[in-house]
Amino acid sequence: MSVPLVAIRGLRVAFDGQPALRGIDLDVMPGEAVGLVGESGCGKSVTWLAALGLLPGRAEAGGSVRLGGEELLGASPATLDRVRGRRVAMIFQDPASSLNPVHRIGAQVVEALALHRGLRGAAARAEAKRLFDQVGIPDAARRLDAYPHELSGGQNQRVMIAIALAGRPDLLVADEPTTALDVTIQAQILELLGALRRETGMALVLISHDLGVVSETCDRVAVMYAGRIVEEAPVGRLFTTPGHPYARGLLGALPPMEGPRRRLLAIPGGVPEPWAMPPGCPFAPRCPLHIAACDSAVPPLVTLAPDHRAACIRATVAPLIEERAAA
Amino acid sequence: MTALLEAAGLVRRYFTRRGLLGRVTEVRAVDGVSLRVERGRTLGLVGESGCGKSTTGRLVLGMEMPDAGEVRFDGAPMPPPGTAAWRASRARMQMVFQDPLGALDRRLPVGAQVAEPLEIHRIGTPAKRTARVEDLLRSVGLRPDHAARYPHELSGGQRQRAVLARALATSPDLLVCDEPISALDVSIQAQVMNLLVDLQERTGTAVLFISHDLRAVRQVSHRVAVMYLGRIVEKGEPDAVLHDPAHPYAQALVSAIPHPGRAGRRVVLGGDPPNPADRPSGCAFHPRCSIAVGMCTRVVPELKPRPGDGRLVACHVAQGEVAPGTGVAEVKEAA
Repeated sequence: MSVPLVAIRGLRVAFDGQPALRGIDLDVMPGEAVGLVGESGCGKSVTWLAALGLLPGRAEAGGSVRLGGEELLGASPATLDRVRGRRVAMIFQDPASSLNPVHRIGAQVVEALALHRGLRGAAARAEAKRLFDQVGIPDAARRLDAYPHELSGGQNQRVMIAIALAGRPDLLVADEPTTALDVTIQAQILELLGALRRETGMALVLISHDLGVVSETCDRVAVMYAGRIVEEAPVGRLFTTPGHPYARGLLGALPPMEGPRRRLLAIPGGVPEPWAMPPGCPFAPRCPLHIAACDSAVPPLVTLAPDHRAACIRATVAPLIEERAAA
Repeated sequence: MTALLEAAGLVRRYFTRRGLLGRVTEVRAVDGVSLRVERGRTLGLVGESGCGKSTTGRLVLGMEMPDAGEVRFDGAPMPPPGTAAWRASRARMQMVFQDPLGALDRRLPVGAQVAEPLEIHRIGTPAKRTARVEDLLRSVGLRPDHAARYPHELSGGQRQRAVLARALATSPDLLVCDEPISALDVSIQAQVMNLLVDLQERTGTAVLFISHDLRAVRQVSHRVAVMYLGRIVEKGEPDAVLHDPAHPYAQALVSAIPHPGRAGRRVVLGGDPPNPADRPSGCAFHPRCSIAVGMCTRVVPELKPRPGDGRLVACHVAQGEVAPGTGVAEVKEAA
């Protein structure tokens, strides 16, 4: 097995003493696309903000995040500056608020090129145009002089991706990159991310609440719940034979596109608050398979099959289809 | 049977000015929309941002007056906004918005907010109202003791339940839900969709369900209308429209739905969502359409039954009036 590009071990984050991440282990291989799925507040964004040292001062982080053997957690600002944007780039949900509204978009790409690659003047502008062409912005040469408000949300997200590509990163972390966009534009951006990954060979971490989005873009998925990874599997496997009851619940909650309309298998209740976390498995109060033993300890990740792990003492690998037919 | 809600030829224009000295341009948010919702049924209205689906919702509720066309509710025309008759009609139609936290008053306990419509419309005595609020909270799956809680003390799903309880307080005949689940987490979305279906079965309320999410629309609707740039481009049974969309835009919309386990073969629509202030001539979809012909740039297609199966679709090609073209390239050549 090759060496992971990023290796996260026992990553913990707390805000004002309230834990938000409770021990994450995650590897990202070079060139791999990993999906991180979960509902709001499960810690999927915090994981990567912590890894890149982007959390506010009141957050305390512990554990280890290694990028190619170099420790990032608690690293000096100079070290992080060399990593952020150059080796690991990040794009966010709302492109309009990530871009500076009073600067031309071309200048914002050139700034990233100057910072990460030392390009200046005409060379930088030519490279910016090439990046715009690469991310599919039509009429790239003229669009360099446009302001963010002159572009649509989808085009602005393409600009953000161009800026992220400016440093030729080994890893692009995309945090809900299509959530603010229309469905047809979302399809365009997902296609673009897939194509760029094939062209450049960079790894991709796609953070999303939408299982569908992740399923089409990623090789491997990690499902998060209440600050922990509860299941990890190759994408095809997760959707056919999810092991953890929460992953099963998420899939059951998705309205089907075909077949008779059935009642959705909604997960009852809500995510527990960080200050009222159950003593054992955090999903136990909502779980249909709950037994007394679930409350005694937090279940560790157990291997169900090669590359398929779930943190549940009652995890099974029965196909989801059969369960649906029986329900 | 007459429909509970009948809207015919609704047009709503807004005027905007680009810049300080810019020319005033007309924006047709809604451009000739007709729809009907029957008692106990749900019409799903799907489209992307800026297609006029929310404006349509506001028009049918009489929150705005159409520039042309007419809304008939229970056989009678909608009274003008602000009149006594209009106020009285409010009790029979209610609206549910996307963001429950924005729709609730943060400084009032939930129970008081659910009771408010009863006070405004003078329904029941104060004592009866308390009992009614408890019933309403129970009917949406909250506990009576939630009445004393403030919105910030509830979870997202519980807040949307509280909003639904308030909307149902006056036992409305019509509920207009504008993206009621978009702001919620996936597992909570399923709870709210189940609740909507259950409530409709129990109360027989008609629902206009506005959403960009075709999956959700299929789950709760009896009929679905697809909107593009202020017009309905296709209308039919949810399964018919989703499995065999006739309009090229509906086809793109369906194929854009991310689908676990589905392999490739997606129609990716080129171009940006259209700008209603700069409406293309003819069929508004023609600049993004892969089968447009020259005729599409000149003639606005009517929404009418397709020969054969009678699916309502507004497209020259789907209607068989012209052979499929090759889209923008051909159109430009013809022009």
